[in-house]
Amino acid sequence: MDIPYTVEARPDTGLTNGKIGIWLFLASEVMLFGALFASYILIRTGAQTWPRGDTILNVPLATFNTIVLITSSVTMVMAWASLMRNRFGTFRIYMGATVLLGGVFLVVKYFEYSHKFETGLFPSKNNFLAIYFTLTGLHMLHVIGGMAVNAYFLFPGSKLWKTNPQWFTNRVENSGLFWHFVDLVWIFLFPTLYLL
Amino acid sequence: MSQAGAVAPGKAHGAHEAHHELGFWRSYVFSTDHKVIGIQYAVTGLLFLLFGFSLMMLMRWNLAYPGAALPMLGRILGDSRMPGGTMLPEFYNELGAMHGTIMVFLGVVPLAVGGFGNFVLPLQIGAPDMAFPKLNMLSYWSFFLGGVTMLLSFLVPGGGAQSGWTSYTPLSDIAGMGQTVWLFGMVFLITSSLLGAVNFITTTIQIRAKGLTFMRFPFFVWAQFVTAFLLLLAFPPLEAAAFMQLMDRLAGTSFFLPSGLVVSGQALTNAGGGNPLLWQHLFWFLAHPEVYVLILPAMGIVAEIIANNTRKPLFGYRSMVGSLVFLGFMSFIVWAHHMFMTGMGTAMATFFQTTTMIISIPSVVILTSLIISLWGGSIRYNTPMLFAVAFLPMFGIGGLTGLPLGLNAADIPLHDTYYVIAHFHYVVAPGTIFALFAGVYYWFPKATGRKMSEKLGVIHFIGSFICMNVVFMPMFLIGLAGVSRRLFDGGQGYAFAQPVLHLNVISSWGAWIMALFQIPFIFNFFWSIRHGEKVGDNPWEATTLEWAAPSPPPHGNFVVVPEAHRGPYEYSVPGAAKDFVPQYEV
Amino acid sequence: MTTDHAVDIDKHVRIYISVFVTLMVLTIVTVAISRFHLPIHLAVTVALIVAVIKGSLVACYFMHLISEKKLIYWVLGLTVAFFVVLLALPVLTHSDGFWIRY
Repeated sequence: MDIPYTVEARPDTGLTNGKIGIWLFLASEVMLFGALFASYILIRTGAQTWPRGDTILNVPLATFNTIVLITSSVTMVMAWASLMRNRFGTFRIYMGATVLLGGVFLVVKYFEYSHKFETGLFPSKNNFLAIYFTLTGLHMLHVIGGMAVNAYFLFPGSKLWKTNPQWFTNRVENSGLFWHFVDLVWIFLFPTLYLL
Repeated sequence: MSQAGAVAPGKAHGAHEAHHELGFWRSYVFSTDHKVIGIQYAVTGLLFLLFGFSLMMLMRWNLAYPGAALPMLGRILGDSRMPGGTMLPEFYNELGAMHGTIMVFLGVVPLAVGGFGNFVLPLQIGAPDMAFPKLNMLSYWSFFLGGVTMLLSFLVPGGGAQSGWTSYTPLSDIAGMGQTVWLFGMVFLITSSLLGAVNFITTTIQIRAKGLTFMRFPFFVWAQFVTAFLLLLAFPPLEAAAFMQLMDRLAGTSFFLPSGLVVSGQALTNAGGGNPLLWQHLFWFLAHPEVYVLILPAMGIVAEIIANNTRKPLFGYRSMVGSLVFLGFMSFIVWAHHMFMTGMGTAMATFFQTTTMIISIPSVVILTSLIISLWGGSIRYNTPMLFAVAFLPMFGIGGLTGLPLGLNAADIPLHDTYYVIAHFHYVVAPGTIFALFAGVYYWFPKATGRKMSEKLGVIHFIGSFICMNVVFMPMFLIGLAGVSRRLFDGGQGYAFAQPVLHLNVISSWGAWIMALFQIPFIFNFFWSIRHGEKVGDNPWEATTLEWAAPSPPPHGNFVVVPEAHRGPYEYSVPGAAKDFVPQYEV
Repeated sequence: MTTDHAVDIDKHVRIYISVFVTLMVLTIVTVAISRFHLPIHLAVTVALIVAVIKGSLVACYFMHLISEKKLIYWVLGLTVAFFVVLLALPVLTHSDGFWIRY
């Protein structure tokens, strides 16, 4: 049976089901990361001393990662724009770039984490490292999740473009919203952990 | 057309649907039909309620007869829990923590929201299904996985979680393996609720029938809608907290472990610098809205049944809706009234005390409106109505006894005593659970095409009503005497508790006898599926859209998609042919 | 639907590029300022302002929030309100005469 407003927007709300659904989900994610930021604030204000981010963490590497993620946001929105312009080939290029850049982010994080572990900087060492690993770790899980969804739309899921291009475009837009959110979280995470 | 008397409730397929026949697994196990999913949630939830109830009955043995050996069952439970049939304190704690967890997260919410919400909501808004049927199925299985995880936690070395359903740190940080399993279980359960909330909100806004404006929604729909927002925005902080506690337990972090902690004479070697109260903030940020998640669907159910059985519109519908929305909003800024005794200063205590007092207002508006709705009605006392009407004074007692707890000063002697236990059980047990029973009797005919037995229903009601009060009323007195909660021997070791200890025996016998009165309900539920009185589409002569569908509804719900032409409670309209005009009638 | 939005999309793409450049610049800016090791309250304020600007650009233009529907604004408004409550109240509670220091 057909669920209405899956592809077409409902006239009075002006929205499709998927668009509302993804924004509601993002609202819950705001509260999830919000709780971790609240924890950071409480722990830091209650601590006798707190190291400045750049004394422990690798700022140049993280700056590079910030640029990588922001760029991937641009390629993501360009992927959707390509679909809106009916250019499926261009979509594949941009979506591929988005997934690739996500992979670069993960590789950099791998090097960051392993270097920390090699020098004995584990989450158990102090609360700065604890909140650092927890915040970036949870963020990293979201990067992986976003990449998985994007890869799905790049490969098996792209079949939908042939049968229902509008529905496919909407789904890419919605997964793009998730990807931008992941970038948004990093925009706040980066200065909080690395620069302050 | 619909196939009445189908093998299992709500699973008949419309004969006119020209789609391929799904196999057994896709029709009954991995179904995306909201009715099947609703019944899965409801039956699983009811089973967990029974299990959680059984855990409490065990606890009540040691509360009534501390140190006594439990005949037969004591030996079965083994030496690690009941050596020689006598209860170890650790086992009591395990029972207590799991009773609370199971009742709240595996029993009430899955039944109230997953069960009733899933089954009734799409029907009541004239929708063919939820906005995201596959996501709906995922929600159920995530819940199921969470439930299995929680059950498995009993089997790990050291037993299940033992640090209260509240899992306060630092105790829970250093507790046995069962606590880790509890945390993973919570992650599954929270995921289920979040996905469900997204579905409910989107469906209510987008898939409602033509003519069904927000102010024509049945109150039940509003209740589920607000509840979904509470789940969506309040659960994630607990998920974050669960991750952090898992980090403490598995990665050696000190989020919640303060410096200099000494356990059993040994100083801990962790880094320290953590704040145990951080856990409390994050936990109660969820858990306070959670209690409104427990009560709102119940109020929704009671409202439907009262309107139907008084043959009158609800009194003050608009005020009730406004109160619901205001209540939902306020529920996010009262949480630290659970933390009055943690050492906070007077400014913040006053803030939270004030918001707590304010939040009682919409609660009272809703309760009062429901009571006034009875006035001048042609009241029909069927089983759903008996439970719905009983809800009113029971919730009243629960709500009123919450007031001294919400006042900082009065909370000082009452905090963490049996008074608190009595307060919240009155709200949840003869409150919410009675409403849920009412809902089962009320919507059973829609799901199965048959009514449950009235005679058995009345027995279930009278026995449960009396026993609920026998169990919980004495607890107010025990609490006022100063007896703390979570004492495995019910306060036996304290001199000031001696005058009230006999009340523990009364409560225990009330609980054990209440178990007997659930037997007619369980029997009735299963027997009526095949042998209950057959009914048509609208046996209660109700006005809301779900009664336009066949009983049970086919895949896709409606033979003719209904349109809403009027408000939800057009009963006893002057000049009308019958004493009700359904929303869907042209 | 796709064809009559083609002109709109061209305009959007130009905006995406300019937002991208702005985000790059602001990233360099926030890192550069951090090298000055400002006193902590000032450092936090400046970093937060820059982050909010960057975040708003991503939200408004990449996520199309600037032209979204009212319903989404309401949901997000509610969320931001509770987000602020979650961030502020615990730390306020602990700075108000708390006599237990962990």
